[in-house]
Amino acid sequence: MKKVVVTVVGKDAIGIIAKVCTYMAGNKINILDISQTITGGFFNMMMVTDFTLTEKDFDTIFHELEQIGEETGVIIKCQREEIFDRMHRL
Amino acid sequence: MINFHEVIETNKMIEHENLDVRTITMGISLFDCIDSDLNTLCDKIVNKITSLAKNLVSTGEEIGREFGIPIVNKRIAVTPISLIGAAACKTGSDYVKIAWALDDAARKTGVNFIGGFSALVAKGMTRSDELLLRSISEALSVTDYVCSSVVAGSTKTGINMDAVHLMGKVVKDTAKATAERDSVGCAKLVVLCNAPDDNPFVAGAFHGVTEADAIINVGVSGPGVVKTAIKGVRGEDFSTLCETIKKTAFQVTRVGQLVALEASRRLGVPFGIVDLSLAPTPAVGDSVADILREMGLEHPGAPGTTAALAMLNDQVKKGGVMAASSVGGLSGAFIPVSEDQGMIEAVEAGALNLEKLEAMTTVCSVGLDMIAIPGDTPEVSISGIIADEMALGMVNGKTTAVRLIPVIGKGVGERAEFGGLLGYAPIMPVNRFSCAEFVSRRGRIPAPIHSFRN
Repeated sequence: MKKVVVTVVGKDAIGIIAKVCTYMAGNKINILDISQTITGGFFNMMMVTDFTLTEKDFDTIFHELEQIGEETGVIIKCQREEIFDRMHRL
Repeated sequence: MINFHEVIETNKMIEHENLDVRTITMGISLFDCIDSDLNTLCDKIVNKITSLAKNLVSTGEEIGREFGIPIVNKRIAVTPISLIGAAACKTGSDYVKIAWALDDAARKTGVNFIGGFSALVAKGMTRSDELLLRSISEALSVTDYVCSSVVAGSTKTGINMDAVHLMGKVVKDTAKATAERDSVGCAKLVVLCNAPDDNPFVAGAFHGVTEADAIINVGVSGPGVVKTAIKGVRGEDFSTLCETIKKTAFQVTRVGQLVALEASRRLGVPFGIVDLSLAPTPAVGDSVADILREMGLEHPGAPGTTAALAMLNDQVKKGGVMAASSVGGLSGAFIPVSEDQGMIEAVEAGALNLEKLEAMTTVCSVGLDMIAIPGDTPEVSISGIIADEMALGMVNGKTTAVRLIPVIGKGVGERAEFGGLLGYAPIMPVNRFSCAEFVSRRGRIPAPIHSFRN
């Protein structure tokens, strides 16, 4: 399993989750976990996803998600899960 | 599974506290390039470096992107050139030609520095070593990426005072050769005692003779992360403070180990070590001095500074060592002046002087680093400062180093501007009394009695 953490941060707007999830579905990226909060009008979402089945490489997805973020007015980042795992798990 | 809080915490460290991997450094042995014909030697050097490191920069960038952490520098360290050039170089100009070849290889691979224009002269100098030493000022003034280091002492061998004496002149000559750029050539030149073979940080990086053909060493950093962490335990006792630093160093180092293994796998080059360092930059919030202030000092240099730094250095090592499979290099807190905004402020406030910095180097990871001194400082005084620092390293069995910049045409109260990662530095006064007769004695200072442990 190629776990990738996708974070979305920015001003809340209608359809942010829909856009990201549609992209994921269209590229065979499975969403394993999702959590979201809104604090003071600020949207904060984290998804744990699985990139195993997608045909696109990491760089392409990285840039396409970045592009969606720009269009929606949020910052979308994807990072391989290991960095969080290594920092917070023994 | 990873939770929301952990992801936010990590990204906060990266985005707001300057957490990064400071360098991926590929060490490359040049022994198989040795040739008695200088042109052939230079061709072999360029070919070997450019073939082994051709993907170093792109791989570093890929890894940085995938993990979402900046990998600031990609560098190369090679076998000390005085060993590689001995058969081919008959003059100092021959060595400068090798420096050109190294510069060419660095430019072709896209790295930001290449270390190893070096000589290991802790006990004595060969003719080749001396030729290289005398060519350093020209080599550093005509190249952009080459860094030079000279190992002039060790706990086992003592201090080579002939080399120390000569290096006073070499530092001054390098300053003069780059006088129009505030003597920045000296920022690429360091004199070391007990130099590690696997240091990934420039200017002292070279690929030691005990190393394999090629290795990947990674230097981690993160002073901003440590500072933020200890801000949360303000007023607590020392054991809480220590635990907080250790935990943070552990987290930072785990990232370094992850990146090191990934780089090693992708480049097909064995992993060497992780260097657990707190390496500051001139960026606000990326400062070791700020950590010392957060611990409770008004400025670095205040009474208590050496104790605070000793504790910080030790906790960084204790936290980091468990997080990495192999630790090496310099490992600890760096205390450069020009590369740390908080240190610059301490000097400008009158809190920190050269003598206190010297005391601090007994407990930090390296030594007197990136310190601007008046351009008219006598060569012998520079040699004397180097000798003092070598003595601290020799007696205490630790790495020490001197990277001084006598800024030609400027004096105390003025400021040297180096730009970029090298920052700027207020020019600090040097003790004006002479050590000429002492440093001009020939020979070496013998190894201390406690070095005989066999």
